[in-house]
Amino acid sequence: MRITLIAATILLLIVLLLLPLAVVFAEALSHGLGAALATFGDPDAISAIELTLIIAAVNVPLNTLCGLAAAWCIGRFRFRGRSLLITLIELPFSVSPVISGLVWVLLFGANGWFGPILERAGMRIIFAVPGLILATAFVTFPFVARTLIPLMQEQGASEEEAALTLGATGWQTFWRVTLPNIRWGLLYGVLLCNARAMGEFGAVAVVSGHVRGQTMTMPLQVEALFNDYDWVGAFTIAALLSLLALVTLAVKALLEWRIGERGGALL
Amino acid sequence: MTAAARRSALPGFIPTLGIALLWLSLIVLLPLATLAVRPWELGIAGVWHSITEPRVLAALRLSFGAAALAAAVNVPIGLLIAWVMVRYRFPGRSLADSLIDMPLALPTAVAGIALTALFAPGGWIGALLAPLGIKVAYTPLGILIALIFVGLPFVVRTLEPVIMDLSTDAEEAAATLGASRAQTLWRVVLPALGPSLLAGFGAALARGVGEYGSVIFIAGNMPMISEIAPLLIVIRLEQFDYAGAAALGLVMLLASFGILLLLNLLQRHIAGRAR
Repeated sequence: MRITLIAATILLLIVLLLLPLAVVFAEALSHGLGAALATFGDPDAISAIELTLIIAAVNVPLNTLCGLAAAWCIGRFRFRGRSLLITLIELPFSVSPVISGLVWVLLFGANGWFGPILERAGMRIIFAVPGLILATAFVTFPFVARTLIPLMQEQGASEEEAALTLGATGWQTFWRVTLPNIRWGLLYGVLLCNARAMGEFGAVAVVSGHVRGQTMTMPLQVEALFNDYDWVGAFTIAALLSLLALVTLAVKALLEWRIGERGGALL
Repeated sequence: MTAAARRSALPGFIPTLGIALLWLSLIVLLPLATLAVRPWELGIAGVWHSITEPRVLAALRLSFGAAALAAAVNVPIGLLIAWVMVRYRFPGRSLADSLIDMPLALPTAVAGIALTALFAPGGWIGALLAPLGIKVAYTPLGILIALIFVGLPFVVRTLEPVIMDLSTDAEEAAATLGASRAQTLWRVVLPALGPSLLAGFGAALARGVGEYGSVIFIAGNMPMISEIAPLLIVIRLEQFDYAGAAALGLVMLLASFGILLLLNLLQRHIAGRAR
């Protein structure tokens, strides 16, 4: 019985989860390593990688700062509307990626609320990099806050109160007491935020306009190459994104072990 | 704010709440507000017409139907995996544990082309199914496969902590009193897991309804047959039909919130009865 159940589980995991991962690398290398690496000789591929890094570099620090602020006021204070605020912070998780892009087009697109004003000012948000950043900000919104709130609630405020009683300023308390206590949880949230920022497809597909070499992120470049029947190219960039996913999972396992070791809250 | 907030010894309540609210309003609430307002440019009759077109109804039926079916398939699979992961120790267990999160970490476009390559007629799995006359890629069955893939971790991760808390006492007592393994499972374990099975089903369903990237590559995207609702939103935007796209987005969002609310109530009802 026991052996059967374990064997069935392993078989299911291999067929459902491991094969899709394996096929990415197999297809990328189907014409040899040289053909795969030739993908990166295309300036559009390089520009897609750069754009993806830029989007993550803008969104991750912003999300971290705002997530820390939200976690501080929700995790350390009781106030009316607190649980509503938590619900609203988690809201983007239950919105379709396409809708997460759509709302920005409704605001800033050619027929959007602020579209005409932007046009007169000569600014572009939709079909340009700012739109990609905003759409990514929407879908990554909950990550850091959602990781930190339960962690900070579980830890309680007693250590911070002690620091303040002993004469520390608010900032000193935050840097010397709070931050060391939540650092692994914070890193965990940042990690998941970064993975989503780099891998998002639906939301950025809606606002991108698909201008090659200009508004294409890596996942969008995968789609474009796939639709061009350039399978080796599509799967090579997909393999790079899969490596990112694998690194994310490995670091996540490490962090869960660290957080668990400290006796803190797991997700 | 309230007296309780002011009484805390810690500083920084007002500025951090201010940052959180500002950020929430600009990035989430203001954009979502457009979704509630813009459809009505068409007028009530226009909105009704725009969301009851046969092509829209077919897409909504497909999106919600396939998501519900995939979530239902994921419940027994997820239960088995969660059960084995919590109750048994075996070589490679921690690797398996990381693998369960793969669909959450893998970008959806990558999952989409990977599943298409696997299930295309010449693919690793597609080639095995072709002699049996089963076509997966570019059919609604492909949509189901993609949604099973992205939904699985939601069921497993919802069930694991509940199985962990499930004490083995009740199972052992049932066995001592002469219950067979099947009886113990059916009468003791499943009722205790009922609410969380429903919660896992709901989480997988919610994810599946809005899913886009992993689906569009394998779906074939034939209007009325294999065209999902999110794709129809994209098509309407490409035709500059902003109000129509917003109307469809609003319907999808309200329908999924409605379903989640209903499942939540049902879950409480079951939990209340079990107690």
